[in-house]
Amino acid sequence: MGEDIQLMKGNEAIAEAAIRFGVDAYFGYPITPQSEIIEYLAYEDPYNKRTGMVVIQAESEIAAINMVYGAAACGKKAMTSSSSPGISLKQEAISYMVGAELPGLIVNVVRGGPGLGTIQPSQADYFQSVKGGGHGDYNMIVLAPSTVQEQYDHVGLGFELAFKYRNPVMILSDGAIGQMMEKVTLTPQLPRENKILDWATTGKTPDRERNYITSLYLDPEVQENHNIKLQAKFQRMKDTEVRYEEIMTDDAEYIIVAYGISARISQTVITMARKNGIKLGLLRPITLFPFPSKRLFELSDSLKGILCVEMSAGQMIEDVELAVRCKIPVYHYGRMGGGVTSSTEVFEKFVSLFLK
Amino acid sequence: MSDIETYKKELLAQGAKKIFTKTKNLTDTPFSYCGGCGHGVVHRLIMEVVEELNITHDTIGIAPVGCTAIAYEFMNIDMQQAAHGRAPALATGIKRTMPDKYVFTYQGDGDLAAIGTGETIHACNRGENIAIFFVNNGIYGMTGGQMAPTTLPGMVSSTSPYGRNMDTHGYPLSLTELVAKLPGTYYVTRQSVHTPANVRKCKKAIQTAFENQKLNKGLSFVEIVSNCNSGWKMTPVESNKWMEENMFRSYPLGDIKLPQ
Repeated sequence: MGEDIQLMKGNEAIAEAAIRFGVDAYFGYPITPQSEIIEYLAYEDPYNKRTGMVVIQAESEIAAINMVYGAAACGKKAMTSSSSPGISLKQEAISYMVGAELPGLIVNVVRGGPGLGTIQPSQADYFQSVKGGGHGDYNMIVLAPSTVQEQYDHVGLGFELAFKYRNPVMILSDGAIGQMMEKVTLTPQLPRENKILDWATTGKTPDRERNYITSLYLDPEVQENHNIKLQAKFQRMKDTEVRYEEIMTDDAEYIIVAYGISARISQTVITMARKNGIKLGLLRPITLFPFPSKRLFELSDSLKGILCVEMSAGQMIEDVELAVRCKIPVYHYGRMGGGVTSSTEVFEKFVSLFLK
Repeated sequence: MSDIETYKKELLAQGAKKIFTKTKNLTDTPFSYCGGCGHGVVHRLIMEVVEELNITHDTIGIAPVGCTAIAYEFMNIDMQQAAHGRAPALATGIKRTMPDKYVFTYQGDGDLAAIGTGETIHACNRGENIAIFFVNNGIYGMTGGQMAPTTLPGMVSSTSPYGRNMDTHGYPLSLTELVAKLPGTYYVTRQSVHTPANVRKCKKAIQTAFENQKLNKGLSFVEIVSNCNSGWKMTPVESNKWMEENMFRSYPLGDIKLPQ
């Protein structure tokens, strides 16, 4: 049998992946530029026609993420998706999910902000995603797809990591990847698992104590110990889950650090540079938390400088600067508010910053 | 063996007859609720019904934010603790992915009728096959007696120290009558637990709410008007009298919507 390859929008790839990876429930609310996710699922009607996956259009982004909480607390694979303003609304429940140690997947197809902003693509939700976002000390694994294929794959990977750590995972996409069409190799349909997990609230059977899911520990000593346990979990993520891709870094004198759509644009910049005899490489973080800091530190010994390309005022650059500990110059280039950087702009900026 | 257990054994040995046993669905943790408050009775009734219907292993409850945020310390069943007002959304997530389970939320008036108004109305409107137990005492008890959406006209609270003034504070909100109008609700009733007769009626209503879940005909909504003697700054006896004379006038007891 040949491979199952389809031409899909980034948003559609997420929706199809949800069905194929055996997700139990999707709860969403329309917002541009990611409404195709819920539209695709509504049309496919997996509850009746494919896997029995529940699809609900909630009354708000807040209700949608809290439905995820309820289903996740029963050990179900549950997810939601939204775009920037809607993700802001979900932050309270994401914090609760981390506190209550619940797995789940949140997709953010980022648009320009602040405020209602614009429906055009942006990467300005980096801080909100990798530094917590809601209240309290916490992190979650943040995956940054740069192709439609990765949009698809990260749904499976996201749930794997969410259940491994009992912590929510975010896919930080953007309006460009969500809307663009590319070919996707689809994986075979996985069954919905219907596993009974020992910590989940599936009804107290006589053979066990009751399970309760909470983030409330009023005794400060207990709450502090809970925090220490969570921090140890985030450290385990840092130790084992760092993912990144390197292009032409072996002989590079300079590198660009970029993720998502900016990494795609930067790939063209690398080609342009190499044609001009400039030894430029690319490091593309696939996980934004945990961040490939160690690798950047190693690379910095043989580099003359780093350019961070982000569609924001410069957010990831702070993590890059921390990683290389000021050993080499680190600059930012990017546009804001929905403006998409062109490869020529980035190349010219690189030349003016480092080679003039 | 605890002193109480020893004492019980002694009494039984002397020929005492056992006429009441605490349901196994309540833990041995002493209630943290103020003496005289209705929460303890409502907890007991729900847990007794779950035991009597033999659905303990299939029931999932949701605790709100407020005095009963730690209801799972007392209810010996699987439970989830929700963010403020979001319990009906959690219940939706549970019931839709596990339609054979019995799901209930336990919410106060601040949780259900203020911050969670949207989740409440929409869960009712979707006709989720869950039970909502809504304990209405007209005040925010946990945070120290602030004005709630259900606070009565003229009623003094820490954020309406001169009495609730409708010109500036708006009117008391009765979500119970409101959700009864929605086609998604199947059974809507208002009860209390301040007299033995009312306790029995309330228990029957709670039982109906659980039994209805088997029918898949929509949401069962049971309001329980309760006192908050601490928040109202009264003795338990005074507060029950005040409740009869004032709360019941705005929130009359009885069935509001019965299955057709």
